[in-house]
Amino acid sequence: MAHMIEVKNLHKSFGAFEVLKGIDQSVDNHEVLVIIGPSGSGKSTMLRCINHLEEPTSGEVYLDGELITESNLDTVRTKMGMVFQQFNLFPHMTVLENCTVGPIKVKGESEEEAKDRALKMLKRVGLEEKAEAYPKSLSGGQQQRVAIARALTMEPEVMLFDEPTSALDPEMVGEVLDVMKALARDGMAMVVVTHEMGFAKEVADKVIFIDGGVVVEQGTPKDVIENPQEERTKNFLSSVLI
Amino acid sequence: MELYWKGFLIACKGIPTTVWVSLVALTIGSLLGLLLALGSQGKNRILKGIIKVYIDVVRGTPMIVQALVFAYGIPQFLQANGIMFKWAYLVIPAVLCCGLNSAAYMAEVVRSGIQAVDKGQMEAARSLGMSKKMAMRLVIIPQAVKIILPAFCNEFVTLIKETAVLSYVGVIEILRRGALWNAQSFETFPAYIGVALAYMLLTIPLTKIIGRYEKKLKAQEA
Repeated sequence: MAHMIEVKNLHKSFGAFEVLKGIDQSVDNHEVLVIIGPSGSGKSTMLRCINHLEEPTSGEVYLDGELITESNLDTVRTKMGMVFQQFNLFPHMTVLENCTVGPIKVKGESEEEAKDRALKMLKRVGLEEKAEAYPKSLSGGQQQRVAIARALTMEPEVMLFDEPTSALDPEMVGEVLDVMKALARDGMAMVVVTHEMGFAKEVADKVIFIDGGVVVEQGTPKDVIENPQEERTKNFLSSVLI
Repeated sequence: MELYWKGFLIACKGIPTTVWVSLVALTIGSLLGLLLALGSQGKNRILKGIIKVYIDVVRGTPMIVQALVFAYGIPQFLQANGIMFKWAYLVIPAVLCCGLNSAAYMAEVVRSGIQAVDKGQMEAARSLGMSKKMAMRLVIIPQAVKIILPAFCNEFVTLIKETAVLSYVGVIEILRRGALWNAQSFETFPAYIGVALAYMLLTIPLTKIIGRYEKKLKAQEA
């Protein structure tokens, strides 16, 4: 059976600067892959290449065995939910409209159907009562939970998280991580770029450490985080765990 | 004093014409301006080149010259080449000229508005599977409109004043009303003071409203 996501020999350059120097990875159904690494290591770029927000310079990305190309991109993206560091909620729409605009306009669902599911997803992230509110009236943590609900309302096969807690005040990190942990328990396939080592230890099936555009070390959280073999991994972990 | 009041009232008779010419020009200007802005952000290089030339020509020449070319130049050129052409009403080339002129300025306003929308918005929309066009329509443009609304209203104020040049191509708007009365009565000072007051009757309240909206917008952001 094909992997849920497969990345083959992925390269990405910005001008003369090569950010990713050949990445091969895969994620299976119900699997959580956590990507860690210092800033500028290419970890966010790798995530953004998966749904082609950054177009890979070379290499391939497959979803369910299907090669992602320019022509199937919009369809493929409906199956990959994305959560951003800066939330990126649509400020001119209510929380509910943020969640339903994709299903209605992209997937052609009826308003009722989309609304029903959006409310279920908002309940899942604990924000059902905020459905009619506008994003700017919500706290950062609440906004990020809405962003997760928005992605979930599209019924994706896999969720991509790009440093979802990095822009949050410390006291709001927990509520977002809790939602993500619950998602993982429910069997959602996830790719998560994060600095939250506690989350990685608890939830990840596999952790990869990226530095200088290559995967330096990979394995279970126990292997990579608790018992790293490479010097670079050790250095990085000692700097973030303090 | 009475003469000034009379001059003001006569000039005010031109207000409807000035206002509707400005409104039609603003409509043409914003629709075409939006298209120009989208085109200049697109991928088609030929289209981009044409748009750039258009904007350079319009912004690089006085509107009175453009108006004269439109109203008198084009008919003469066509007639000299054996095509019988005459504007049915001179207000048509006048409105067209103002609209096309405004479009070049609106294109810049719209472009800067679109660019002021956070780029994460486009990414979020695309990651939901929206095409670029759909994302523009549903996500980017509604937010850009809010940003450019003050500049948009300022363009309306500018247009109201600029349409004065149309009195030179036979449109009987505010300035023309005053000029005609002056020609007849030789009350030059009251006539043109009346004209100035009539313009201010339009522009000052509008400017006030814009100022208030901008303040509100700033308060929202804070």
